[in-house]
Amino acid sequence: MKYIDEFRDGALARKLAADIAREADPRRRYAFMEFCGGHTHAISRYGVEDLLPPNVRMVHGPGCPVCVLPVGRIQAAIWLAQQPGVILCSYGDMLRVPGDNGLSLLKAKANGADVRMVYSSMDALKIARDNPGREVVFFAIGFETTTPPTAVVLQQARALGLGNFSVFCNHVLTPAAIQAILESPEVSTLGTVPLDGFIGPAHVSTVIGSRPYEPFAANNHKPVVISGFEPLDVMQSILMLARQVNEGRAEVENEFTRAVSRDGNRKAQALVEEVFELRESFEWRGLGRVPQSALRIREEFAPWDAECRFPVPEFSIADHKACECGAILRGVKHPRECKLFGNVCTPENPVGSCMVSSEGACAAYYTYGRFRQPGFVAG
Amino acid sequence: MSQVRKDYVRPLDLKHGRVDMTHGSGGRAMAQLIDELFMAAFDNEFLRQMNDQARFLPPAGRMVMATDSHVVSPLFFSGGDIGCLSVHGTVNDVAMSGAQPLYLSAGFILEEGFPLADLKRIVESMANAAQEAGVPIVTGDTKVVEQGKGDGVFITTTGVGVVPDGVDISGHRARAGDAILVSGFLGDHGVAIMAQREELAFDLPIRSDTAALHGLVAAMVEAVPDIHCLRDPTRGGLATTLNELALQSRAGMVIREADLPVREEVRAACEFLGLDPLYVANEGKLVAICAPEHAEALLTAMRSHPLGAAAAIVGEVIEDPHHFVQMETAFGGRRIVDWLTGEQLPRIC
Repeated sequence: MKYIDEFRDGALARKLAADIAREADPRRRYAFMEFCGGHTHAISRYGVEDLLPPNVRMVHGPGCPVCVLPVGRIQAAIWLAQQPGVILCSYGDMLRVPGDNGLSLLKAKANGADVRMVYSSMDALKIARDNPGREVVFFAIGFETTTPPTAVVLQQARALGLGNFSVFCNHVLTPAAIQAILESPEVSTLGTVPLDGFIGPAHVSTVIGSRPYEPFAANNHKPVVISGFEPLDVMQSILMLARQVNEGRAEVENEFTRAVSRDGNRKAQALVEEVFELRESFEWRGLGRVPQSALRIREEFAPWDAECRFPVPEFSIADHKACECGAILRGVKHPRECKLFGNVCTPENPVGSCMVSSEGACAAYYTYGRFRQPGFVAG
Repeated sequence: MSQVRKDYVRPLDLKHGRVDMTHGSGGRAMAQLIDELFMAAFDNEFLRQMNDQARFLPPAGRMVMATDSHVVSPLFFSGGDIGCLSVHGTVNDVAMSGAQPLYLSAGFILEEGFPLADLKRIVESMANAAQEAGVPIVTGDTKVVEQGKGDGVFITTTGVGVVPDGVDISGHRARAGDAILVSGFLGDHGVAIMAQREELAFDLPIRSDTAALHGLVAAMVEAVPDIHCLRDPTRGGLATTLNELALQSRAGMVIREADLPVREEVRAACEFLGLDPLYVANEGKLVAICAPEHAEALLTAMRSHPLGAAAAIVGEVIEDPHHFVQMETAFGGRRIVDWLTGEQLPRIC
């Protein structure tokens, strides 16, 4: 496959591995957080960690849109799906995330709710046009990558005067989350999570560009390298981060130049700006309430905002007591340090969200890497 | 001299007619459907006896029996249809014991309103597949369900066969050190089907690999009688089959990504859809496990058969109390190839 195989080449990987090993100073340790679930997935799937020297460690970040959504919002989506006449449209990954009492959208569907899996926001709009007698709600989730497509359907719904379509908006913002991690006590004062730099998001950065990362690279003195999702991209970015650390630099560098520019996609940004505005704060699983970290639908689009259209209750539901998703999302704990991992909590019966999405740290580690865990007994 | 005139019966309208409830009622309409469609296509000495069962002498040796239900959507796809698929599926399940398949049964659940022209196409495709495989359909059944209670046609086939003496192929026989072989390109069937589903409208030159594998198996057993395991990686793909075999044999497995035969188009389609070819269904491929000293002979036998031309040795069985299937990635790392969780769903961002 052209444009893909070039970035998965084993021989190049070995050369890069040798470069990283040469660059990594044996007298110190390096800990880099890959923010994005897409990177976590690539690292696990291609076995990137096997190619790194022992003193270079990857810390998995919270960049999985399914994982960071708090149980309350999932319960709200289930509530919406259960309203009479509603068709709830959702991306596939969300269907299996457990809400309250182990109920998920998939189980609500089995109990009679009309829940449909869609591949894009446009599919949801089409379902609304094809079912004029039903209320169609699109369960919108995701970081900056999936926000512009949601903006497009909201504009189209307004242009068409579509009266039976609305969006349950859960779009969240990457830079705010990275800032929240850096300000968490484990990183900033306790030092329990030493972080030497970040691998910056790939697809998110195609939209927002590399500029938004510049203030906190400078303010927190942490290097950021924006990286593509292919395994060679990740390795090249690790090398660039190690170089920055060794040279005492804390800059935003762009490894993913084939898709990301400094300013990003201005057209998409303008579109998002027109349809959405900042929420004062939003609850994240693992990070708690983070100020200015999510978007809501502007008042002009209120008729298509599910939170205006329906009296959506505010559910406040605590995570399972023993579930470590929160700590794992902050990079404080590794999946194998969770008591539930691999016994009570598996991809078939997920307790926490990190075990649901293939981009979640627990699912990636369970699916691809658990042979590394000493004494692990398969179920 | 009196003459008994045969009652006139209007022939089935196989061009524009549709299945209705009378075709499953046990009356004349059903008899006519069986006579003009099924009997005409499947014709053989067993069916001609017009009994509710097929009678045959039990052959010498150990008999095997397998059954398989087919509910594929769409019913017609590039490279095949539910008809030939229902023959190949059961023939292959029987053959994976090393057996020569002998007879098939076929049960149809038809949905009211289903076009008879489509049914004719399916039945003829089954008849061709059975003829090519040399395995007659000797008994069958037809039921009709009301509109909305089926999805056009469901077909269940059952097959019996007989295993040659001295052949003992079973999923529990993989031993540490054994070689793992696959018979050809992986993922063709699943990708061909997915490409034709309406919500994924893209053109792909990929055809389903649906095929009867007993000829290939016979050639393999002749070359290496002591094959330890055979299985066709259908639903869940190669990954699922290897996990099943690892669990049954209480062993682990390591495969090499670089050695797995996957077509360029299939890899590209999977990349696009966020799928992993290791988990995509095949309908004309098999996995074989044998002692390492027999691996080359088995590979040669497979490659000499048209259905095994792209066969490859892809890994080996290891000792592992966890029964993990692991893969050396082409990239140079190692990872687990786990059981499939839920359905394969595209990633969202």
